[in-house]
Amino acid sequence: MAAEAKLDPMHQFQLEKLAGADWNIAGYNIAFTNSALWMAIATLALIVFVAGGMKRQLVPGRWQMAVETFTGFIDGMLAANVGKNGKKYVPYIFSLFMFILFANFLGLMPLGVLGVHAFTFTSHFSATGVLAVLSFSIVLIVGFAKHKLHFFSLFVPHGTPALMIPIIFVVELISFLVRPFSLGLRLFVAMMAGHVLLEVLSSFVISGGNNGPIMFAIAGIPSFVLMVGICALELLVAGIQAYVFALLTCVYLNDAENLH
Amino acid sequence: MPQIAQLGEFYSSQIFWLLIFFGITFFVVGRGMVPKVMDTVASRDNQIAADLKAAEAARAQADAEEASWRTRENANRASAQGTIADARAKAAAAAEQRLAVAQASIDATLAGAETRIAEARRAAADDIETVAAEATRDIVSRIAGLSLGDDAVRGAVKENLVHG
Repeated sequence: MAAEAKLDPMHQFQLEKLAGADWNIAGYNIAFTNSALWMAIATLALIVFVAGGMKRQLVPGRWQMAVETFTGFIDGMLAANVGKNGKKYVPYIFSLFMFILFANFLGLMPLGVLGVHAFTFTSHFSATGVLAVLSFSIVLIVGFAKHKLHFFSLFVPHGTPALMIPIIFVVELISFLVRPFSLGLRLFVAMMAGHVLLEVLSSFVISGGNNGPIMFAIAGIPSFVLMVGICALELLVAGIQAYVFALLTCVYLNDAENLH
Repeated sequence: MPQIAQLGEFYSSQIFWLLIFFGITFFVVGRGMVPKVMDTVASRDNQIAADLKAAEAARAQADAEEASWRTRENANRASAQGTIADARAKAAAAAEQRLAVAQASIDATLAGAETRIAEARRAAADDIETVAAEATRDIVSRIAGLSLGDDAVRGAVKENLVHG
């Protein structure tokens, strides 16, 4: 029974209080958990990474080139999706993209070999939801600050017949309001699914091994080979999900910035 | 599913720490470092553009200088050709003049020599006439015993000499 509990694929998402079990702000507990620890590690890694690219050399080294590639990538994405006005969002989108990217990659690091269990905080919707709400709030604030109540015309696409306006308005409003949920859930689901899949496959390898050499050959080895492939896929997904999150934020910002 | 099972217990902690660490990321990395990195990129792009422009200008100047040098060179070459032609013409004229002077002196010398030859010939002819006349008179006086006048003998000799 104990062995079975260890192979629980959801165990990896378990939050644990590492410190401050009794820290409270206005009655809300803010214990420092393993999730918070990995947020801190991601932040630190990101600061180290970007700081390494701040040598400001005319001819960049490899590290500086890597950092400049990322800033150029975000800059290009904003320029393509928002246009000239998008330049001022580079700090936010860059932080968002890199924070999620580092979180995803750190969660995939094979640190279990060293006895450390990497925790992917982007597999918790309580974390991705905050980022989604943050992006959505910025869209709302920018939209209403820039266009006042005219921002509501976003929900009436060009060329809508007058008769259809009430229905279209409601449909568009719902699709607009769903955005923060889809934004946060997409990242959470993708990360969780990948980690569950890896965990299930690894449990096949271990269970197969425990059930003798024949089962190991039939189930264990193919599962292991599949796992290697899925690991590569998960690395891709980690990048793609960070990209999608940043890209969709750009697209939503475009709505707020350049109302059609 | 711990995400839901533990939500009640941990949502405040999750939200709080995410805001803290994403806030740090945003202000330290996004606001602090990214603008500097992008400044570096922009200044590099500007410098490259400026360098390219300078190189382009330098090339244009080099082209212009080469063109002006070519013009100057062509002019110099033309003037040198002119000088050579001039010198050649002058030398030819001088040579011609000297030739003409030499020719004139040769002609004069020739004319003098011819005159002298003609005079010598005439003098020789006179001498021959005189000798011939004396010989004729001697022959005539000895053979015919005639004593002829000088003038008659000379006239006859002259006639015979001329008609040969």
